[in-house]
Amino acid sequence: MTFLETLEESVSVLKVNRMRTLLSILGIVIGIGSVIALMTLGEATQRSITDRIQSLGANLLTIRPGSQQQGFLKMNSTENTSLKFDDALAIQESPRITTVSDVSAEYSSRSQVSFERNNTNVQVTGVSGNYFEIRNISIEIGSSFGPSASDNYEKVAVLGPTVVEDLFGENANPIGQSVRIGSSTFKVVGVTKSSGTGGFSGSDEAVYVPLTVAQDIIFGKDYVSAVYVVAKDQTVIDAALNQVGFFLLERHSKENVEDADFSITSQEQIIETVSEVTGTFTTLLTGIAAISLVVGGIGIMNIMLVTVTERTREIGLRKSLGAKRKAIVMQFLTESIILTIIGGLIGVLIGLGVSMIITSKMSLPTTISVGSIFLSVGVATVIGILFGWYPARKASKLQPIEALRYE
Amino acid sequence: MIRVKDVTKVYENDGTVTEALSGVTFNVDRGEFVAIVGPSGSGKSTLMHILGALDIPTSGEYILNDSVVQNLSDDRLAEIRNNEIGFIFQSYNLLPRMSALKNVILPMMYAGIGKAERTKRAMEVLKELDLEDKINNAPNQLSGGQRQRVAIARALTMNPSILLADEPTGNLPTLQSDEIISLFEKLNKSGRTVLIITHNDEIAARAQRVITLVDGKIVKDERKRK
Repeated sequence: MTFLETLEESVSVLKVNRMRTLLSILGIVIGIGSVIALMTLGEATQRSITDRIQSLGANLLTIRPGSQQQGFLKMNSTENTSLKFDDALAIQESPRITTVSDVSAEYSSRSQVSFERNNTNVQVTGVSGNYFEIRNISIEIGSSFGPSASDNYEKVAVLGPTVVEDLFGENANPIGQSVRIGSSTFKVVGVTKSSGTGGFSGSDEAVYVPLTVAQDIIFGKDYVSAVYVVAKDQTVIDAALNQVGFFLLERHSKENVEDADFSITSQEQIIETVSEVTGTFTTLLTGIAAISLVVGGIGIMNIMLVTVTERTREIGLRKSLGAKRKAIVMQFLTESIILTIIGGLIGVLIGLGVSMIITSKMSLPTTISVGSIFLSVGVATVIGILFGWYPARKASKLQPIEALRYE
Repeated sequence: MIRVKDVTKVYENDGTVTEALSGVTFNVDRGEFVAIVGPSGSGKSTLMHILGALDIPTSGEYILNDSVVQNLSDDRLAEIRNNEIGFIFQSYNLLPRMSALKNVILPMMYAGIGKAERTKRAMEVLKELDLEDKINNAPNQLSGGQRQRVAIARALTMNPSILLADEPTGNLPTLQSDEIISLFEKLNKSGRTVLIITHNDEIAARAQRVITLVDGKIVKDERKRK
């Protein structure tokens, strides 16, 4: 019996028991469907996060105060004061640093912000230089403020949309109004664009003011919480990291890299970390979905065992007509593989459909990974072989006359 | 060509031991037409199953065309069943969801004969048995006699030298069973060895040799002269 003939035979058997065929593949459909959906969603989420981080500027390096080396115990749990605005200025002005195009510093802390009788406690960030451009924060209404605002101690503020809502109510235009931050009054000049859910490009619940004002007037601190450095282009990121790193080391009179009282991270590192986290989540969820696939496989095995028992007489007859063991094994194995492959294909379609609906609802980028389709059809085949093998072998071992006598 | 030496078959079922055959010995030569008769439970069917390589004797020896059958592997037994023996059951044993043609083709599929060739051969045999207008009918659309002829056609397609029939007319009305008996006679005349289990006196009368089994033993082995 050739493979094609076996196939034809199996299809005709499965057609006879349509309802049973449908029900028995349901487990595989659900299993493969959920694996595909979760894999696609995981990939979409990861890509969306990577895209967002990338949109913050792939050339961005972030310098934060504090030691790079963190043992089991952090010796100093208070704020790190090692990074100053002067460091940012020095990086910008040093002739030795050739790979950096722009520098900005921020100081960020929580503070009470109020307008008339409304008040809210939010993150207030003092920023210098071209902070809004460097960090890719878009303005919805009004305008941002430039480098001169910090130099001139201008009491201006850019608010996040949530803060506007809290202080002024929905759809209000706060431009030109005065808000109180700490004990000073600030003029609202702009509102940032809502970054949507899960955004990284600035928070909706933020207030931006010039750095000098934040440091001296609101918080009374002389250090900064981060310095952002933009490399000239993507190819010199590593060079910029080294130049800035060693420059600061020298400025802070440290001899070894191990003694550094600051740390520098590149966007790439952040992407890697985030990817790792989302990757772990995707793997975990896919693993759970894979369990349902195993359950589906057991369902197939169960139905094949029933089929073998039901068709004991047929098996006996086939053997009495000269069917060898292999022919019987192949017949039943083909049936179970057809079941799982059909289930797999339907599962792929459903999985892709579900993930498309979800990604479009969440406005994530939809990517159909051909790899996952091949993988799941492959997995379906393997399940067919794995769980079909035992019933098929059981069938092939029947003695012809005993099988023929079976009632 | 068939040599049976002191064959016994013992069944064990839930602790009760039944001896279906106890020391059966006989030979059958090429071209013989043998009827095996005896009361129910005398071991006729068990003997036939052993002859058809469907069952293995508990002890003794069954030699078919010079090979000792009980020593053969499962797959070799399948080959013997496929091309050396044509077995015809009382209850026809046709696959219900297949057409007559497909049922006849089945043994040739297991023999690995190509599609064109096996369809041609099946058509020839079915034509010979006057079934050419029934080839696409499913077994349940055929009369008992027609079903048995399909089963005989199936047994003939691999052109076996031995035909074994286990009460082939047992389920048939007289008219149809006459047809079947004539058919076996014709097949025997064309050179095949035919062994038939029967309750039918007419078949027994037409056979050249009648073996009578009682309680798993041969009590009479009678050759007629023609």
